[in-house]
Order: sequence, then C-alpha cells, then structure tokens
Amino acid sequence: MFDPYTESVLIFTGINIVLALGLYLPVSAGLLSLGQGGFMAIGAYTAAYLTTEMQWPFIVALLCGGAMAGLVGFVVGLPSLRIKGVYLVIMTMGFGEIVRVFFLNFEPTGAASGLGGIATHTTLPVVAMAVALTLLLCFQIRGSRIGRAIEAVREDELAAEVIGINLTYVKVAVFGLGAAIAGIGGGLYAHYATFIDPAQFGFQRSAEIFIMVVLGGMGNFVGAAIGAVVVTVLPELLRLGHAQEWRMTVFGALLVAIMIVRPWGLLGVRR
Amino acid sequence: MSASETTLLEARNLTRRFGGYAAVSDMNLTVRRGTIHALIGPNGAGKTTMFNLITGVLPPTEGQILIDGADITGSRPDRIARLGVVRTFQGVRLFPTMTALENVEVGRFCRTRGGFLAALARIPGRATGTEAATRRRAKELLERVGLKDRGQMLASELALADQRRLEIARALAADPKLLLLDEPVAGMNPVEVHEAGELFGSLCREGTTILITEHHMSLVMAISDLITVMNYGRKIAEGTPDQVRRDPEVLTAYLGAEAAA
Repeated sequence: MFDPYTESVLIFTGINIVLALGLYLPVSAGLLSLGQGGFMAIGAYTAAYLTTEMQWPFIVALLCGGAMAGLVGFVVGLPSLRIKGVYLVIMTMGFGEIVRVFFLNFEPTGAASGLGGIATHTTLPVVAMAVALTLLLCFQIRGSRIGRAIEAVREDELAAEVIGINLTYVKVAVFGLGAAIAGIGGGLYAHYATFIDPAQFGFQRSAEIFIMVVLGGMGNFVGAAIGAVVVTVLPELLRLGHAQEWRMTVFGALLVAIMIVRPWGLLGVRR
Repeated sequence: MSASETTLLEARNLTRRFGGYAAVSDMNLTVRRGTIHALIGPNGAGKTTMFNLITGVLPPTEGQILIDGADITGSRPDRIARLGVVRTFQGVRLFPTMTALENVEVGRFCRTRGGFLAALARIPGRATGTEAATRRRAKELLERVGLKDRGQMLASELALADQRRLEIARALAADPKLLLLDEPVAGMNPVEVHEAGELFGSLCREGTTILITEHHMSLVMAISDLITVMNYGRKIAEGTPDQVRRDPEVLTAYLGAEAAA
C-alpha cells in the first residue's frame, strides 16, 4: 500500500503517539516525567525476550511488557506523592538512567551487545490498532469521574484532597498507567526495529517524548498526539530540501519558534 | 438528648507548634450538631490553624480530634472529607481552568464510585448513570448558591463573590455533615453578605452543621448559635452572641485594654 520509507515513517509516528500519550497521562495530573525511556526499555526488553527466547505469541508478550513497565511505574510513582515539580523530573531522569545501566549489564537480554533477532510483528495495522486503543483510553478517562479527579489534582492538590480525593490513588494510578503505555510502545518499537540495545532508550529518548507532549499542549491528549506527529514527521519532511546536513538544526529552530509563538502548545488551552 | 444536642466535632487539648511558636495551644472545642458555630478572634489568633488541624491539612502536635465520637487525629484530609468534614479556604482555592459546573462535579467524587475500569466501560461520548446523576446534583447546587447561569464559565473568570459561592457549592457536593467556612464573606459587598448569611442559615436548617471563622461581626452575631473567641492560640471566651459581646476579655482582645475599661 505504501512504499517502505513512508510505511516506516507511519509506523514510527504511531509508536511515538503511543509513547506521547503514555506521558500525557501523568502530565495530566501534574506529574512531569523525563524517564519514559526507562519504561519503554522495560516493555521492549520484556516483550522481545518473551517472543525470541520463550516463543510466546506477540500480543501476549506485548501486554506482558506493558504490565511489567506498569508495575515498575507504580513503585516509581510512590515518591511522586512527596516529590514535586522539577525535583520529580530529576528523580525520573535518574530512574531512566538506572534502567539503561541495568540493561547494559543484564546478561540474559544481551547486556551491552543488545538483543537481536526479534521478529517483525509490528505492522502498520498493529500500530494503528494500538494508537486507536490508546486514544480511546484517554478519551474515556477525560470527563469521567476519575478523569475529573485527575484534572483537579493537577489544578490544586490541596483543594482536591480536602474534598475527598485520595492523592495517593490518583497519582500512583496515572503514573503506573502511563508507564504501562510506554512499555507497550517499547514492545511495539522492539518488534519493528528487530534489534534493541540500551542506548536506544536513554535520556535522549525520554527527552524526545517530553518534547512531543510539551509541543502539543500539556492539557490535551489530542495535543500530545499531534506533538508526536510533528516531532516524527517534521525531521523527515526536512530531508526533502537541499540542506540535508542542516535538517536537525532547522528542526531545533522550528521547535524554538513554535514554543515562542505558542508557549501553551500547538493544541493547548491558553491560560 | 435530642438530635440537635449531640456533639458532632470535638477537639480535645489541641496544640500545634511551629518550632517554638504555638499557633494553637490547648484548645478545646465542641461543635454541636445542627448549629452554626463561629470561631472568631483577631488576626493571627489561630483560627485558620484550627481549620487546618480539623481537616487534616496539618497534624496536631498534641491533642485529639473526634468526629461523631471517632478519633480522626492524624488522618489524611481525603479520609476526613469522606467522614463528612469539608472546608473552604480563606484565599479561595478552586480549580481555575475547569468550569464552575465541573468544579462542583469534582466535589461529588467522594460520594460516587467508579475508577478507571468504569471509565473504560462507558459508552464513548455518553455519561454513565453516575455521571449524569453527578451533573444533576451539581446543577442543583449551583442554583442553590445562586450561580445557575454561570455553570459554563471558567472558575477563574468568576467575580470573587461568585468564586466564594462556587467553593461553597463544591464543598456541599461532598454532602458534608460539618461545613467549615474560612472567612466566606471577605471581599463581599453588603448585599452579598446578606445573601450569604441567608444561605448559611438555610443550610443549617437543612441539617448541615457549620463552623465559621469571620471578621464580619454583624454577620457572625446574626447567624451564630455559639461563638468561641480565640486569641494567641487560646480560647478566651465562649458563649452566645450576647454573652460574647459583653465579655470584657473579648473587648480587650479586639479593642485594647483602655477601650474596654
């Protein structure tokens, strides 16, 4: 249907939308994370190990990867009850690094030499389905009882708490759910890249996911998805011109320009 | 003993120190069901600290707090809210980017059920039974506080008096047994103060007990069943509005020794 290049751009766009929505969930409760790459790694390695070494079916392995990342997310989310704002960002950064170094030394998944020979299970329809389900999840949460509570926690924690919202539950739940989605994004990535090593899930990756959400608008899941599309497709479009070697510089400049013109994000609400 | 004579809230020997400074020391306070109880005193007397202790925002250094006889000392604010003690804030704390109606809907949180699974199971774009009921109740409450036409406005766009009303509606959404109002008419004009007084009176008649701190003395004197006066973190007087008005120690606290003499 598409030529291989277009298809690969579409697949990466889809995976990035899933990853951006995985960060959007904690962000919607006011929890910023620069460690999504770590959750992605956990999902990628878990799913890839299960399909290559254990011959598990892809979908089951993918969900297990998500569950594993979600589980770790719950634990990492607990300190978010006390650590706020920029300190939480630094904590999640530290977490991302720990995960990277862990896989760098973890022999069963290939340590520094990475894990290869992963079958290509991530096709365009699979990615499209994953994107649709994740969007549906965000849509369903928004405006529901729990979605309102999440919004309230972001707006004013103290006011939310004194009208009976359990901060522990809301924060840990969105952090864990966001981590699980990042893990599924990682599993999708692994089964498209066919080879993974720890360097692919480092700080650079976490920062990229963070940029997608900030660029798209932090208060809106559609914004996060659009941010993912822009961050994936824009550098590819810049290949079309003559200044190939300057494309990432131009991309960076465009990001700066967008944030100057629309500091609240492409689809965010002006406040 | 009739229902109106039973104790709803009891604070025993409540003390809160910040370093060497005791914001509240050895306070005893008993709020009877079905009354409007005022907590007054000069600025810095410890009224807001009392509110923070009762609602669990701050843990007490010493002492006990009981709601309906149950010890809630050291409980988290959300648990205390579920037990029926809900407050408003001196500097209004709404959810600014949500509409007035949504603010009140959030207030229903602790009286409704349904987590992530319920959210996923609903038909996309349609409210569940619980959500529809929440919305109806929120609309009723907006009408109750006189914000019927402003449900779709953002909370941050409302005038101060309306923001205070909205905060009360949000608190009412949690079906409080005891409503704590921290200077609810500050910044309101005389007409708005009068309306607020009527609202508090009718809430009380419908069964919500109210503990209020307020500097607007004529309002306090008009609506309170009992007044507790604090100064320097201690209780200096307690009684009906008439008793308190004539208490020499109260006059001293408010006006200085010479004026009282």
